[in-house]
Amino acid sequence: MLRLDCLRAVYSELENCLVVTIMGATAAELHSLGHRPNFFYLQHAMGLASSTGFGLALCLPDQKIVVFDGDGSLLMNLGCLSTMARYQPRNLVHVVFDNESLLSVGGFPTATSTGTDLEGIARSAGIPRVLTVRTVEDFRTSVKDALEGAQLTTVVAKVEPIGPGGYVTDLSLVENRFQFRRYIQSLKQQ
Amino acid sequence: MPVSLPSSKVIFDALKRCNVRLLSALPETWLVHLIRIADHDPEMILVRLAKEEEGVGISAGAHFAGVKSAMLMQNHGFLASINGIVSLAQMYKIPLLMLISYRGSFGERDPWQTQGGNVTEALLRAAGIPYSFLDETGTVEKRIRQAQTLAESSLQPVALLLTRDLMWEE
Repeated sequence: MLRLDCLRAVYSELENCLVVTIMGATAAELHSLGHRPNFFYLQHAMGLASSTGFGLALCLPDQKIVVFDGDGSLLMNLGCLSTMARYQPRNLVHVVFDNESLLSVGGFPTATSTGTDLEGIARSAGIPRVLTVRTVEDFRTSVKDALEGAQLTTVVAKVEPIGPGGYVTDLSLVENRFQFRRYIQSLKQQ
Repeated sequence: MPVSLPSSKVIFDALKRCNVRLLSALPETWLVHLIRIADHDPEMILVRLAKEEEGVGISAGAHFAGVKSAMLMQNHGFLASINGIVSLAQMYKIPLLMLISYRGSFGERDPWQTQGGNVTEALLRAAGIPYSFLDETGTVEKRIRQAQTLAESSLQPVALLLTRDLMWEE
């Protein structure tokens, strides 16, 4: 299963969500499908995409939030799972692309390649709904169900360690940030 | 435990008057009253963290959402948050109000706090983070308001160091 195919499979579902991604391949691939003002790519600060999405979810309880996390990033901030589980925002869908690799820096294997089980960690942290998917169709269904449901969900998507040729996009980091905030403020005025 | 309850109340009331509606916090001795007060206030979203750096992400999300927030942490928590502060809050120009208990400074009895105390201000300066002190109740609200104003006009993290003189009664 390719992450790009997963992203393509749910792209249309993201139109009315606020989306936060991690850096590198995940950001570049979502951007390559077509940037939208409701997408925020956290191009550094590994581990904090989940916390940023969590902050959005707490402050905007009527808005669906999707975080595209990765195994390397989540392993850097496992505590976010216990924090999210403590408050259980019902509007947050936490997707973890697990390619068992720090792909964006050269493909070094992460601990999920040697048996660390992110689904098990998330469940034991107290995330109420956790599942692992291995096909694009299951991925699409699981994200759609999570968006339609009202329960904090972590979807671990096992994907191949394959990414785009480059990671730099033509969207500057700060431009992305101002556009994202302006988009959210415009929603509040509607 | 001689942590000052009156000073804690003054700080919390000042945060509320500055429209802070979300506090992320990791407990430490000097912050216990503040966290308890926040926990009992239905108008305040209190987020108890596993590690302080999470609070940088949460405050960034709050800022995008249009909600004013603040981080409550010990200076060792500030040390634990540096990457998030630099590569999220500073890089993405996020106004971040940080209230940091200044342990390990003059009067500190706990040996384990002292090394962090030595480097706190040097690290704030090295990171280019404007900072000031909360050292007496009469100026708390003004300083918090000024710090928040600067954070929002300059779109960057700003720190207030909670001093022993304010937080500890003995």
